[in-house]
Amino acid sequence: MRELGLEDHFAEGCEGAENTAARFELCQQLWDKLKTDTEALQDELNRKVLDSLLDLTRKCSTTRQHSDWASKMRASEIPTAALVLGVNVPDHDMTFQSLSELLQQSVTPHVASVQAKECGTLKHLMKRVLERLTGTAVDDEEEEEEGAEQTSTPLHKSSHCSLSTLCDWYNAKARKSSTGTPGKKRSSPTKDEHQQPPVVIIFKDLEAFNPRVLQNFILICSLYIERLPLMFIFGIATSPSTIQHMLPHSVSSLLCIELFQSLSCTQHLATVIDKLILTPQFPFKLNGKVMQVLISIFLYHDFSVRNFIKGVQLALLEHFHSQPLSVLCCKKKQALLNVTQLGHLDLERVRQLPSFKRYVERQEHQEQVSLLTDDGHLKEVCQRLIKDLRKYHKNYYPVLRCLHTLTSSLPRYPLGKQIRELHLICLEKNVSENEDYQSAMKLLKMLAKDELITLLQRCADILQSVKSKKMRTAHVQLEELLAKFKQLDSVETAPVVEENITSPVRNLQKKTDLFQLQKTLLEMNESRRSKKLSPFEVLRNDALEFIDGLVKSHLCPPESQTLNEACYYSSSATVRRHLNAAPRTSIQAALRTPYYYIQNDSLKTEDGSVSNAAPDICIAYKLHLECGRLINLFDWLEAYATVVSAAEGNDPDSDDYGKVDEVKHSRSSARFIQAVSELEFLGFIKSTKQKTDHVARLTWGGC
Amino acid sequence: MTALLQHPGYEDESLQRVAEQLPCREAQSAVLLSLMGQPQQYSYPSIFIYGHRASGKSHVMHVLLRELELPHATLSCVECVSGVLLFERVLLSLFGHEAAALLPRSASLSDFVRVYRQQCSLSPAEQTRFIVMEKAELLRDADANLLPALLRLQELVEDNVTVVLLSEIAWDKFRPNTGCFEPLLLHFPDYSKGELQQILSQDRHPSYSADFYSSYINILLGVFYSVCRDLRELRHLAALNFSKFCEPVAEGKVKETDTHKLWRNIEPHLKKAMQTVYLREVSSLQWEQMQQMEEKETGVVRGLSAHTHIELPYYSKFLLIAAYLASYNPARTDKRFFLKHHGKIKKTNFLKKNEKTSNHLLGPKPFPLDRLLAIFYSVVDNRVAPTASIFSQISSLVTLQLLAQVSHEDQLDAPKYKCAVSMDFICAISRTVNFDIVKYLYDFL
Repeated sequence: MRELGLEDHFAEGCEGAENTAARFELCQQLWDKLKTDTEALQDELNRKVLDSLLDLTRKCSTTRQHSDWASKMRASEIPTAALVLGVNVPDHDMTFQSLSELLQQSVTPHVASVQAKECGTLKHLMKRVLERLTGTAVDDEEEEEEGAEQTSTPLHKSSHCSLSTLCDWYNAKARKSSTGTPGKKRSSPTKDEHQQPPVVIIFKDLEAFNPRVLQNFILICSLYIERLPLMFIFGIATSPSTIQHMLPHSVSSLLCIELFQSLSCTQHLATVIDKLILTPQFPFKLNGKVMQVLISIFLYHDFSVRNFIKGVQLALLEHFHSQPLSVLCCKKKQALLNVTQLGHLDLERVRQLPSFKRYVERQEHQEQVSLLTDDGHLKEVCQRLIKDLRKYHKNYYPVLRCLHTLTSSLPRYPLGKQIRELHLICLEKNVSENEDYQSAMKLLKMLAKDELITLLQRCADILQSVKSKKMRTAHVQLEELLAKFKQLDSVETAPVVEENITSPVRNLQKKTDLFQLQKTLLEMNESRRSKKLSPFEVLRNDALEFIDGLVKSHLCPPESQTLNEACYYSSSATVRRHLNAAPRTSIQAALRTPYYYIQNDSLKTEDGSVSNAAPDICIAYKLHLECGRLINLFDWLEAYATVVSAAEGNDPDSDDYGKVDEVKHSRSSARFIQAVSELEFLGFIKSTKQKTDHVARLTWGGC
Repeated sequence: MTALLQHPGYEDESLQRVAEQLPCREAQSAVLLSLMGQPQQYSYPSIFIYGHRASGKSHVMHVLLRELELPHATLSCVECVSGVLLFERVLLSLFGHEAAALLPRSASLSDFVRVYRQQCSLSPAEQTRFIVMEKAELLRDADANLLPALLRLQELVEDNVTVVLLSEIAWDKFRPNTGCFEPLLLHFPDYSKGELQQILSQDRHPSYSADFYSSYINILLGVFYSVCRDLRELRHLAALNFSKFCEPVAEGKVKETDTHKLWRNIEPHLKKAMQTVYLREVSSLQWEQMQQMEEKETGVVRGLSAHTHIELPYYSKFLLIAAYLASYNPARTDKRFFLKHHGKIKKTNFLKKNEKTSNHLLGPKPFPLDRLLAIFYSVVDNRVAPTASIFSQISSLVTLQLLAQVSHEDQLDAPKYKCAVSMDFICAISRTVNFDIVKYLYDFL
């Protein structure tokens, strides 16, 4: 039998089998793009910290040569970089991967990275370090002696894994590279002949290491520091003070620690969302709920950007797997091509789409008929609709960014501090109907002139870079507004006559009568409302109306767009079930509705009751839900026996039911006992000493 | 100064070199020399040298053996994880590779003695052989017969060999229950202030005069001697601050001899360095950068310990808060804190005798997983599904050393934990989630 390829797995159980190949290919393409983009992004983000780390290693290899006073004084210390990476441990792998690659490319070929779980004891740690540096298997004590002799390793037989072995190896290597072909050396041209590349040991997860092992290892290393240019890199997840918690002074005084802080994971996520999600480049989209699920998993559970990307991958896969119309979720040209190749079945699916139905309802009668009957016409319309959807995306993101620039600095952040929050609001429903939006607009009206101008200027910058007709006109309009603002500066604002205000105020000071006071206050209010607006205020209102218009026309939720189902993945429940598994909930679901997992038609029941053909444990579970805190085992057994015997076709009302069938009875009680002990194992009941023949229930809530 | 070291059997020249390299340890090296006797004479079987860290034990031994060209093996017990490694090292440095190769795998002590005797019959000792073992306190954890055997190795192998044990711990803590051969004890006292001055002045900067450096050391010791007498640490501090000290000289503002002005210049920096003494939290480079930064904005010194803020996922924060509450509140009081209708319970009725002392003084108590989760669910404001990621967060908190697992790792049923974070830390964490933890702590009721 031939191995099942990825594609075959994809095709298995796939909705709409006729175009699976095309969908699979699209899915692959998108995922590859997503993956390379995130990797590039991560490299970009880590560049600064990695570069400074590389500088440190380079420096520590050069200072060994220079015999200036300061470096001689510090020759006995092991240079150490403490790299604080944050608690999102799953993300660190990639960072360390690129770090060791960079080190090997540009500084030293001798890099070994170790993880805590493979270094339980000093011997193991030593062995791992030696193995990774020398690239050979170090002979172990447990190994057979003959085996060690036969493998003609350059290591001396008597040497176990110890650093002196490493020293010998290093010296041999250095000698070889200095006497051997100098052109083949990996070192960059700036380095001199007698360069000693440092030996870098990376401890990926410092916190998880056994402190004793680490201490001893450092002590041993410090004995060899004069012969071997060692260097450590500690990957720290929490805070640098862990070094002091783990290492006593006698050990930490052997190190010369330098601190490096990487970007925080929330910033990392913000960049990923900004560059990969909030862009029209990437045709696949997540709807509001799915986005919400992924972001809350990130914020509430793991802080891991890698897992976030995995979540996006899952959504991507599910989308292409379950939505036959996902063939249209690709670049514009190909999508238009794919439309022409849609079969009749697919077009029927298009007609079933809720967004398309809404679209049809808006059309005139003649058009409706031809849309629903004429396939050729439908294809043409689909092409137009896809173009519209693309245009919508092209306009959506710049306007979103503009709105975010305007509102992100407002007090109390009515529309969120991060752009992803605003994006979620916009995905959910029309943002202009949102209360927070109204209050944000009110707050914007209170901004000082210079603040408003800088914000608008930033918006103009955002719009400038967009290649879309509408955005270009919007940009021109905004620039005009800005120019008007600037003109205000030059033209001295005419002194506003305030007499109509001052006079009632003066009156106010005179009178103390309550009624009069109220009257004057009302008057004041009236006069203020009717007061002529200053030119700045007029202009400000114009500008905000302009922004409001942009928001209203471009930030409508994607559900309102026709054919959005082709690009938007919306099944948040699937994503949640896959990424945020709840073992107890699934156990309860299995017990309550066995059909859900077993998929046996005879188990199908309505109104939540359990069929009597269900597995024993389900019946026992169902019966125990009806009991109180303490369950009488005998009653339980009786109830169980009744249900089971009903299943076996014995009518309890028939005559021969009274005859107790001994065999059957003992069999059913054995099955019952097994079910009860299974329930105990799953943690639903436990034995109690309060009453004989009773068990205690451990969960609450009945049927 | 060199007059002290005179001993028959050794050349005056090498003795001279020894004396030069061992300032302030003349008395000890003289004693050692007399113990060692002339090279061909048998020496005492075992010598035990103890003294605080950085009191020159290893240094004295190394210099003596190296300069007098005596056959010796030096090894650190940290490195010798097993006895085999130790035997191998000794044979390797005394007799060469061939001898070490004769040892069988997983060699025992008797194998070692056998090989040693065999080798020394081939090449009998013309001079006393020395085996120096640093960090000898680790020998106590090795096989029970190792230390007693090493102490009378001379007798066992019938060779002119002396074992020198170096340790920071006094001999009384070594003596095995079964008794053993008593080694000769030799104590290395701490250096006095004058001696420290003399030793530190030796590594002077080549571009400055010896007097200048010595005056610098004088100032340094004046500030730090009261808090730190560790030679190594002082040397580190000296290296750290010297560039600052000679800055005005390099700029040409002050002459080398103007000690008063130099003192005025360096004093505030040394005072700042006091805060981080022993912590080693900043590397020299960062230290220098920081000093430059401070000139612009006179802030406080921030070392590694200043960066204690940890970003955690939302539920991890609450799990940690719940763990803290479970660790520092008695389990009986949970009802009062987490039940809605707990009624009024006065603290006095509540107290048991041993609970009158603050729980915070007693340290965290272990709690089972169930209690942690129960508190977690009542503390967190919205409904949380008991998903797998909640449980995995608990274990990742354990790996981050914010929680400590008390029960054995193999115990899957009802594991127990302790909270391993400080009050300040948890207060900072709960502030970020708007949770007033003090209201829930029994100690602050």
